[in-house]
Amino acid sequence: MTASGSGIGRSVPRVDAREKVTGQARFAGDLKLPGMLHGKVLRSIYPHARILGVDVSKAEALPGVVAVLTGADLLDIDPYYGHSIKDRPLIAIDRVRFVGEPVAAVAAEDEATAEAALNLIEVEYEVLPAATTMQAALAEDAPLLHEVEKLRPGLFHGLGELRPQGNICYQHTIARGEVAEAFERADIVVEGEYTFPAVYQYAMEPHTAVAQWEGDQVTVWASCQHPYLVRAELADLFGLPVTDVRVIVPYVGGGFGSKSYTKMEPITVALARKARRPVRIANRVDEAMVTTRRHNMVCRMRTAASADGTLLARQVSLWLDTGAYADNGPRVVATAADAAPGPYRWESFHVDAYGVYTNRPPSGSYRAFGATHLQWIGESQVDEVARRAGIDRVEIRLCNLLRPGEEVRPGGKPLDADLVGDVRKIAEALDWDSPKPPGTGRGLGVGLLAAGARPVSTAIVRLQADGTALLLVSTTEMGQGARTVLSQLVSEELALPVERIKVPGGDTNVTPYDRSTGASRSTTLAGKAVQRAARQVRDELLAIAGEHWGVAPHALELRQGAVWYGGKSLTFPDLIHERFGFSGGEIIGHGTVRPEAGKGSYAAGPVFWEVCIGGAEVRVDPGTGRIHILKLVSVADVGHAVNPELVEAQEMGASMQGLGNALFEEMVFDEGQILNSTLLDYHVPTIEDLPDAFISRLVENEDGPGAYGIKGVGEGALAGVPAAVVNALADLGIKVNELPLTPERIWRALHASDVPQRQEPIFKENP
Amino acid sequence: MTEGLIGQERPLVTISLRVNGEPVEAVIEPRELLLDFLRDRLGLMGAKRSCDTQVCGACTVLLDDLPVSACCTLAYEARGREVLTIEGLAQDGALHPLQQAFIEHTAVQCGFCTSGMILTARSLLQDHPRPTRQEIRHYLKGNLCRCTGYWNILKAVESVAGSGRQRGRVGEEAT
Ligand code: FES
Ligand code: FES
Repeated sequence: MTASGSGIGRSVPRVDAREKVTGQARFAGDLKLPGMLHGKVLRSIYPHARILGVDVSKAEALPGVVAVLTGADLLDIDPYYGHSIKDRPLIAIDRVRFVGEPVAAVAAEDEATAEAALNLIEVEYEVLPAATTMQAALAEDAPLLHEVEKLRPGLFHGLGELRPQGNICYQHTIARGEVAEAFERADIVVEGEYTFPAVYQYAMEPHTAVAQWEGDQVTVWASCQHPYLVRAELADLFGLPVTDVRVIVPYVGGGFGSKSYTKMEPITVALARKARRPVRIANRVDEAMVTTRRHNMVCRMRTAASADGTLLARQVSLWLDTGAYADNGPRVVATAADAAPGPYRWESFHVDAYGVYTNRPPSGSYRAFGATHLQWIGESQVDEVARRAGIDRVEIRLCNLLRPGEEVRPGGKPLDADLVGDVRKIAEALDWDSPKPPGTGRGLGVGLLAAGARPVSTAIVRLQADGTALLLVSTTEMGQGARTVLSQLVSEELALPVERIKVPGGDTNVTPYDRSTGASRSTTLAGKAVQRAARQVRDELLAIAGEHWGVAPHALELRQGAVWYGGKSLTFPDLIHERFGFSGGEIIGHGTVRPEAGKGSYAAGPVFWEVCIGGAEVRVDPGTGRIHILKLVSVADVGHAVNPELVEAQEMGASMQGLGNALFEEMVFDEGQILNSTLLDYHVPTIEDLPDAFISRLVENEDGPGAYGIKGVGEGALAGVPAAVVNALADLGIKVNELPLTPERIWRALHASDVPQRQEPIFKENP
Repeated sequence: MTEGLIGQERPLVTISLRVNGEPVEAVIEPRELLLDFLRDRLGLMGAKRSCDTQVCGACTVLLDDLPVSACCTLAYEARGREVLTIEGLAQDGALHPLQQAFIEHTAVQCGFCTSGMILTARSLLQDHPRPTRQEIRHYLKGNLCRCTGYWNILKAVESVAGSGRQRGRVGEEAT
């Protein structure tokens, strides 16, 4: 039997586009419940202080204020959460650990009243010594952020025992062979110390949550990427069975990791509990910035090679600033470690990665974390090896890159991508072999990102009596196009036009379990579950039809919303009628994806290696140090493109974010206080920052673990851009070891001989 | 900050204006922002709040055909004037060519910037029906989009402007 849905491989328009261009799409902040109050959060003004007292009496007395929440309201629950490390109270209890930490929250009839009430809350602090940089946090006599012998594991930690060492909350090491021996033997050694700044994800919709209690049950509408993980943490915090917590996710206005895991939901739920009315809390941009961000990093790396450019060994130490609470820090640390060696055939490598607590806002996920941090560093060292060995920079990669099936890191999934082909495509798009126009530099960078998170997803397809289908899946639509792509998979399996498939948003009381929406996993993993669910429906349709005609299912064909036997057909409504003897009823299929321990493609982590690759051609104005991007190129090594235009759209979006991260994005701190906490001061790319040309190439080798050989994209291009730009600059003789590549930094690098450079290493010795 | 008003009677004013062609009269506080007026009083949720500081353009609406940031415009300033929001752009269910072009060119991802982006582009095309690519870029620079990387937005606007040349894949040509 065959299905000729041709639902995949076609760039059908997004199923949500019409709602979005007409202003009808609803986001969490568009929701209005009867009696809903507006919540505002009073935030700490100190990076580190003891709370001696909070006087809320004046605020409570303000007309229009319904409730004021402080740590004292949480005595009946265990108020700590954190999916990896349970180190964070949902509102400060006795101590604040960063500027911006919630100290109190007000629920009032309108926002202005809530805002006014914040000014009436009196907090008495005893200021404590603070460690507002990693250097300070790793110093001998540093104040400790969490003075415990063992950190409490979060619900989804998987990290083993967590004994902090000073302010190091998590350490991850990966190693192969003996690096010391290789470095002794090496003809070429490249080494350096590098820094990566704190970066703000800037999803345009700041975090928003609405909570409504009904008796002992709570419903939360949230701009969150992972509704099931939020549900689990809320249930844990408030001592409820998970079935008494319902998380509903409307459209989300961009995520990029900033809305992964639990963010503003606990404080909103606690405030609504106290107010006994529904409450909405909507972050502003400055609040979103202190809710989560990208880790700043210090990294030392050295690479050993032989005279002919054969890469031998790499040694890396890196420190990631996870801020006052771990958030997703441990996963970022591990992923950074995995990304550090780069995609090469090393004899040996050794990576020590550390997550460091500091008195700064917590850091978590941001698109292509780990890879974005490391790839520009590793790739700049590979370029330097090529220069010293006197070989071409593409050639050195073609010689040293891992081939499909080779081990990437010990015990992990072998390489599942054709990197050599990908690099060739980038080189071709950059016209690598043609002479460069004078004054331009070309560069490229390639790397791998451990993607997919955990392979646990489920989906349900409900074929209705009128021949339309409902797809129930908890994947969050945050712009990536999940609802469109997943519809296309159903379309393919059931030979049903995309318009006849509806995908409502995630709702934990309705849509089945999905681990998360992130790590480029949805089309691969949720998609696999969707395919399996649709296939169950298909099999049942075929069985009914086979029985009707007295033939075996393989003699039948699915086409245009009907099952065909030669020239005869039964439509889906006919078949459902046949099944139930009535014009109602439905056919339900469900699909599950799980690790399939010991066998199958999800047994060894990661689920797949996402290819992170990019190329750039740049020019630099020597007078100002300003970089002009002539061309950006990306390759989407996607396995199988369900919707090629959406893949391309992901590539373009990720590349532009990569450009922002490379060229100008940096959260500037002073004593733990962000100095550029508005978009006036924190510059994200505008349409005027577009490169002159953008080229995206699709690679479809069907080598992914998803349905039809699908694997994820959407993050890799981000990591590829800083690497490509840094290497294009080095091609012009401009060497940098710090991002972002601001005009000032470039100008200084250009005038290195007459301007003093940073001499001191950032860390005197390894902590 | 409203501290000065605590406990005092807040003054109220009556304004009348047209929103999406319909007359509207309301009694408001003078401090009320146009964005809150549209969203909270009229239930027009298409304009979004993001930066709240007139940088991002997510809250853009047209005031007498010119784009304004509703997050930084008083509702009072709209009195006696004509406001167009994204909800008023389609005519009798027929999408505006820009809306159609945004769908066709995949110029929409999360959709949070979309209303403002389309309205700003509409204002540009009204004044300059055949803008150059440079002019489009310049005019749209006050509308941020974190998702699309802008190429498809540029293509969508160009396709309506009629200034688009025949081209192959996205953005492959230099300016
Ligand atoms: S919210 Fe008004 S310009 Fe950003
Ligand atoms: S589509 Fe998400 S911000 Fe533009």
